[in-house]
Amino acid sequence: MRLTLHVWRQASSRDTGRFETFDAPDVSEHMSFLEMLDVVNERITQEGGEPIAFEHDCREGICGSCGMVVNGRPHGPQSLTTACQLHMRSFNDGDEIWIEPWRANSFPVIKDLVVDRSPFDRIIEAGGYISVRTGSAPDGNTFPVPKQFADEAFDAATCIGCGACVAACPNASAMLFTSAKVAHLGLLPQGQTERWDRVLGMVETHDEEGFGNCTNHGACQNACPKGISVDYIARLNRDLVKATLRARPAEAKDA
Amino acid sequence: MELNARIPSGPIEEKWDNHRFEMKLVNPANKRKYDVIIVGSGLAGASAAATMGELGYRVKVFTYHDSPRRAHSIAAQGGINAAKNYQNDGDSVFRLFYDTVKGGDFRSREANVYRLAQISLNIIDQAVAQGVPFAREYGGQLANRSFGGAQVSRTFYARGQTGQQLLLGAYQALERQVAAGTVQVDTRSEMLDLVVIDGVARGIVTRDMLSGEIRSHVADAVVLGTGGYSNVFFLSTNAKACNVTATWRAHRRGAGFANPCYTQIHPTCIPPSGDYQSKLTLMSESLRNDGRIWVPKKEGDNRPASQIPEAERDYYLERLYPSFGNLTPRDIASRRAKEMVDAGHGVGERNNGVFLDFSHAIERLGADAISERYGNLFAMYEKITGEDPYKRPMRIYPAPHYTMGGLWVDYDLMSNVPGLFVIGEANFSDHGANRLGASALMQGLADGYFVVPMTIGNYLARVKPGGVDTSHAAFADVEREAKGRMDRLLSAQGSRTVDSFHIELGRLMWNACGMARSEEGLKDALKRIPELREQFWRDVRVPGSGATLNQSLEKAGRVADFMEFAEVMCWDALTRDESAGAHYRVEHTTDEGEAKRDDENFAHAAVWEFKGVGEDPVRHTEPLDFENVQLSQRSYK
Repeated sequence: MRLTLHVWRQASSRDTGRFETFDAPDVSEHMSFLEMLDVVNERITQEGGEPIAFEHDCREGICGSCGMVVNGRPHGPQSLTTACQLHMRSFNDGDEIWIEPWRANSFPVIKDLVVDRSPFDRIIEAGGYISVRTGSAPDGNTFPVPKQFADEAFDAATCIGCGACVAACPNASAMLFTSAKVAHLGLLPQGQTERWDRVLGMVETHDEEGFGNCTNHGACQNACPKGISVDYIARLNRDLVKATLRARPAEAKDA
Repeated sequence: MELNARIPSGPIEEKWDNHRFEMKLVNPANKRKYDVIIVGSGLAGASAAATMGELGYRVKVFTYHDSPRRAHSIAAQGGINAAKNYQNDGDSVFRLFYDTVKGGDFRSREANVYRLAQISLNIIDQAVAQGVPFAREYGGQLANRSFGGAQVSRTFYARGQTGQQLLLGAYQALERQVAAGTVQVDTRSEMLDLVVIDGVARGIVTRDMLSGEIRSHVADAVVLGTGGYSNVFFLSTNAKACNVTATWRAHRRGAGFANPCYTQIHPTCIPPSGDYQSKLTLMSESLRNDGRIWVPKKEGDNRPASQIPEAERDYYLERLYPSFGNLTPRDIASRRAKEMVDAGHGVGERNNGVFLDFSHAIERLGADAISERYGNLFAMYEKITGEDPYKRPMRIYPAPHYTMGGLWVDYDLMSNVPGLFVIGEANFSDHGANRLGASALMQGLADGYFVVPMTIGNYLARVKPGGVDTSHAAFADVEREAKGRMDRLLSAQGSRTVDSFHIELGRLMWNACGMARSEEGLKDALKRIPELREQFWRDVRVPGSGATLNQSLEKAGRVADFMEFAEVMCWDALTRDESAGAHYRVEHTTDEGEAKRDDENFAHAAVWEFKGVGEDPVRHTEPLDFENVQLSQRSYK
């Protein structure tokens, strides 16, 4: 099929971006969306231009690298699908496709479709872990975990950190990302000792990084390629209230 | 090249404990005086960094990703083995050790494998304590399943995303150390070369992938956890950015490269659909538990599966291996599939696959039961191919996956260059000629959490911290070389894209050094690779500049190194004049068409020494002794 692409081009975060139009005359329905971009990039290179920069790596929907807004939707029109797992059979001959980077002040554009998602790492640094020294763990079966909690924790843990939730949210909130980690660790017996400190630390960093607040639009859940539920945000809010009512053991953390 | 494996003496059960006792220790107060560089942030790199940071060393991690969480370990699906015997089915450390040595076709080092089996117990405990959400039984205990090549249930798993969950556990432990100030992570920086001063590894040179700046970093020890090289074939299951550069550059600086020809070809991948294909997708091996593999008996039979009657189907694995059937090990299932396709029995639009058929299982168990077991895989298959595997059989074909070769290391995981340690898939040590399922994650984490943080202390205790900084002439020399290489790539301004060269090299390697190798094919490849390499440097086109994010330039540098590496891979395959595991020389087969080892002449690791680009490399050997597992022919009939 033949497609027309309008792609956001931006040389750096200091540059003002603009759309550039490309003709893609020989697209096969079997191609993934990224393979379609590969083919376009090969031609741009042949013709002496600079190929479109975009992030990708595993191309199996799990590393969370690929992120782009396709026709106004993060990762494109298919639900529960990353851009690398989106295939061209979802489009029709003659379609015009608009391709943009994630839009959020906290994710500055680096080049074309590539943005800086390092705030996610800093949110994890603020408590998104269970403190345990290597080698000092008890036998794995010491703490039984009811299957229901294990499954629920697993559902939350499947977040791939792609940032689609932020791109979809009108407030550019990262609450879905933050809540997924808070819920994953808070649902497990191992995660209880640091539970309150964790939620306070992660939410504080979330806000410091400039992400907006959650106002219950639910756009994040619709955009999430892994189907992470907004119920986790409710859970996070409950934990946050409980944690705020307790004295924060800041000294304990520093000791 | 001196290859002393430094295997501790004593019975195999006691080697690691004795060795740990005999190691020199670094005083806790002195640990912070030592700088350690870790390249790579996957299971091995992240777990090593977290643990060494905890121990008190000053650790610097480099990754070319935007976040350590993107490392390709995240894509591993199946599971991780541990000899816990939670199932009471007779598992033990010795049995895991035995299965791994046998599975590797007797080409791995016994002492290392035994240690791996021992440490497997601690890995599960560690991951559970970190909150890795492993599957649980209703009583709340950890669940297990069985996996290829083993007769006990020892595989722990987190649905089909075990690698993701284990990596996130290690990544979170790493970020905890970043917050504590013991570890610094440099993202989006790529290692371009290793710096060796007076024969000792003292640092690396990197390129900041955003600014293009080339920088030197000094350390008292360097650890490479940079994964495998199966992207030498262009099409593989590896993530697009996986490459050989770090290990190849270390090899050029003196580190021996062991068994580069051992590359695992995984049997259950989705076949390529066109020339634009950028990579291959693995479907979990667990599908072979219920799926039946077959091809039409008649050559060139293009009828849809539903119109081919039972009598005209060849369930070739069940026919050839009645006791193992569709569960034969990866190398065997792969080879038989290729033979079927080569003989004209391939299925699909491009006749490049075999059927993996669930219709009998669906009839027997119902679609719901199958969906519960494999639903996510079926959905993924449908997404990629547009075909519904509940209604028509899947099509699968083998693809390059894990690489068992890597830099040679001793028992302490140190290469023959003092101060250079190599962990995870980047080293050669544990899997021999074939890697069994659920053992890659185990090795990455064993090396990272439990082995290298100990053994590096044994090394550092013998060297004075510091003493050199980046003003040393060696850093300037390496930086100059690295810059020169970048400039040369940018200024070639030829007519062909980087990918077009990579694809051509990949095809050549797949045909000559893929699933089947012959003396003739390998000799031909050894003639053609230098020609292609010469053409690459003359005719490559790398657009853009070196001073910004330039993905073409990144690729070009990696492909340039694959062009050199491909040659030693073929040398290794050519000189290993036997068949072993994943290395299948057509000249050496049993009467039944299976791989035939030559233990008399090849029970060794082959270790290559670099002599210059285009010069014949020199082959050294480390003899392998089998004192605890008897050498025997693998049989799956």
